[in-house]
Amino acid sequence: MPKLLRLSGVDDDNWRFVGTDDADELPTGAVLVPVQKWLEHREQWRTRGNIGIWLDCDQDLDGIAPDIPCFKVIAIKFVDFADGRGFSLASLLRERFGFVGELRATGQILREQLFYLKRCGFDSFQLPHEDNLAAAHASLNEFTVTYQDLSGGQCTELTTTAP
Amino acid sequence: MYIYNQQDKTLVAERVAQFREQTRRYLAGELSEEAFRPLRLQNGLYIQRLAPMLRISVPYGMLASRQLRKLAHITRVYDKGYAHFTTRQNIQLNWPQLEQVPDLLAELAEVDMHCIQTSGNCVRNITSDEYAGISADELEDPRPWCEIIRQWSTLHPEFAFLPRKFKIAVTGSTTDRAATQVHDIGLQLVKNSAGNIGFQVLVGGGLGRTPMLGVVIREFLEPQHILTYLQAILRIYNRYGRRDNKYKARIKILVKAWSPEVFAQRVEEEWAFVRDGPNTLTHADIERVKQAFTVPVYASSNTDADMGLLHTIAEQHPAFARWLQRNVRAHQQPGYHSVTLSLKPTGVPPGDATDVQLEAIAALADDYSFGEVRVTHHQNVVLGDVRTSDLFALWRRAKDHGFATPNIGTLTDMICCPGGDFCSLANAKSIPIAEALQRRFDDLDYLYDLGDLSLNISGCMNACGHHHVGNIGILGVDKKGAEFYQIQLGGNAGNDAALGAVLGPSFSAELVPDIVAQILEIYVARRLEDENFIETFQRIGMAPFKELIYAKAA
Repeated sequence: MPKLLRLSGVDDDNWRFVGTDDADELPTGAVLVPVQKWLEHREQWRTRGNIGIWLDCDQDLDGIAPDIPCFKVIAIKFVDFADGRGFSLASLLRERFGFVGELRATGQILREQLFYLKRCGFDSFQLPHEDNLAAAHASLNEFTVTYQDLSGGQCTELTTTAP
Repeated sequence: MYIYNQQDKTLVAERVAQFREQTRRYLAGELSEEAFRPLRLQNGLYIQRLAPMLRISVPYGMLASRQLRKLAHITRVYDKGYAHFTTRQNIQLNWPQLEQVPDLLAELAEVDMHCIQTSGNCVRNITSDEYAGISADELEDPRPWCEIIRQWSTLHPEFAFLPRKFKIAVTGSTTDRAATQVHDIGLQLVKNSAGNIGFQVLVGGGLGRTPMLGVVIREFLEPQHILTYLQAILRIYNRYGRRDNKYKARIKILVKAWSPEVFAQRVEEEWAFVRDGPNTLTHADIERVKQAFTVPVYASSNTDADMGLLHTIAEQHPAFARWLQRNVRAHQQPGYHSVTLSLKPTGVPPGDATDVQLEAIAALADDYSFGEVRVTHHQNVVLGDVRTSDLFALWRRAKDHGFATPNIGTLTDMICCPGGDFCSLANAKSIPIAEALQRRFDDLDYLYDLGDLSLNISGCMNACGHHHVGNIGILGVDKKGAEFYQIQLGGNAGNDAALGAVLGPSFSAELVPDIVAQILEIYVARRLEDENFIETFQRIGMAPFKELIYAKAA
């Protein structure tokens, strides 16, 4: 079973990614479908359960806004770790679109980005370059203080983040 | 200046620990060069021509004497005994070793300093007016606003990987000394018709290879909304700024592509969602930051007696009189003046100071200016609050340390980047050009006759030396492997910001002083009454300069 990192620690990854070129017949079990396929098949898939979507950093959220409660997982795929658009997408999904499911960072992300990713609302992380996920877990908590509190505090107050 | 609280200190200490681990992983081969690059850049560390270069953050230019002493120590232990003051009010070291940088950062943290976001594609050091809080033409001290923005932008999780670097300047005076029109975002404190203070917001200014002046996208923003409005701008830029070509990735390109009107509209739409959200400042937030700043306890004085004595001494000491004229400035507070220590003596790279000089500046600050100094974007150092009655004593001590060159605002007070001697981006050297010009124009009477005149030198089109906004701008270019210099005229960095225009084909290094001399001759011959260089240029235009110089050269 593949592993991923959650805020709570290392965990099994039960979700299968469906590629943009894969068949439209979905495999059994929990699947993450590309947002383009979702838009084509949403009427059919809406009641499936165990479904989520994945999107690239440059994709827009407007088309899927009404569907967001259907997704257990939304994964944002970083083709380049320095593509900051994924950070804004995550913030928007949490703040504006009210997504409360699992928000997953996947693709070329680095352990060194975990703290920022977490603070933008990601809560699961597939780290392609890490053999030791347990060691990487420490990077989620590199800072005990922050200057912004995106969840509702006052920004200039240094608020202590949850451990 | 702003005094760190325990949480500020904790954040900086944790940043040091984070970078220590990142450096360890890089050196152990666990982190690739490509992955380490943005991490080290966001800690101010470049890999340069000869050695790494480390840029130390000096938020809006404010430094305390204890910080200067620590910097002196750091230059001795980790570097070659000197530091360079930059045009973004920061400090650069040219010779640190990568392995030692975590220890260096730990030493900086001891005096509440860091290198966070001094490079990389993120929000950089917030810059401001070097006369903030002391200038007579000030509406409001911009520094608490700089600090609020500094805190908000520090390790902001959403904006750590922008398309490109991002520079914000804030000014609180009617005279713009912070070059707000050439920043990604320029914020000017203004008063509206109801008498309330708020921000005029400019966006899309910048120098570099596509120089542009910023455009106003909001005439008046109530100050409590500053962070949500910045968030809206940055989010739009982060999502829609170009990432396919680093030369087209600055926000100015997006503003131009969309048009300022459309850009402003998109920002307003985004702002509608975040306005009044969690980043809205309360009165208590603003007050808390304002109260974290020390306030100088000014002594009362007999201003008339002080000024009388000053004039008497000045009559006896012409050199002191010259220094008063150029390096000393009026103050909000009766009985006080501000003093600029010139880091532009002939023969020293502009903006460089030795470890001994850094300690001397610290001592002068302690003895005469409440232990604080301000780094200027002209690469000098200002003692902000000097008693008028102390000016003569200060001048004598400044002279002993080489800070009393009475050239502030004149041709030889030039802005100059490190250039090809240090920088791996440079096309040409800039320091030797500055030195040749300083040697050529060393007659103070002539300099004073020329009056206020800015001459800015950049070693490449990245424009760290702000050549576009110099009255005379000099740009190093590469011509088939040889170093040449293009000259621009008519740039200006103040309220009437303007980008210089190219005079014509470039010149070899040896010719530059002669060409500048000819430009000045034309100005002197054509000026009317009290016109300064830029006014004459604006009146007569480029043609007379072009004709004479290229006729002579031909």
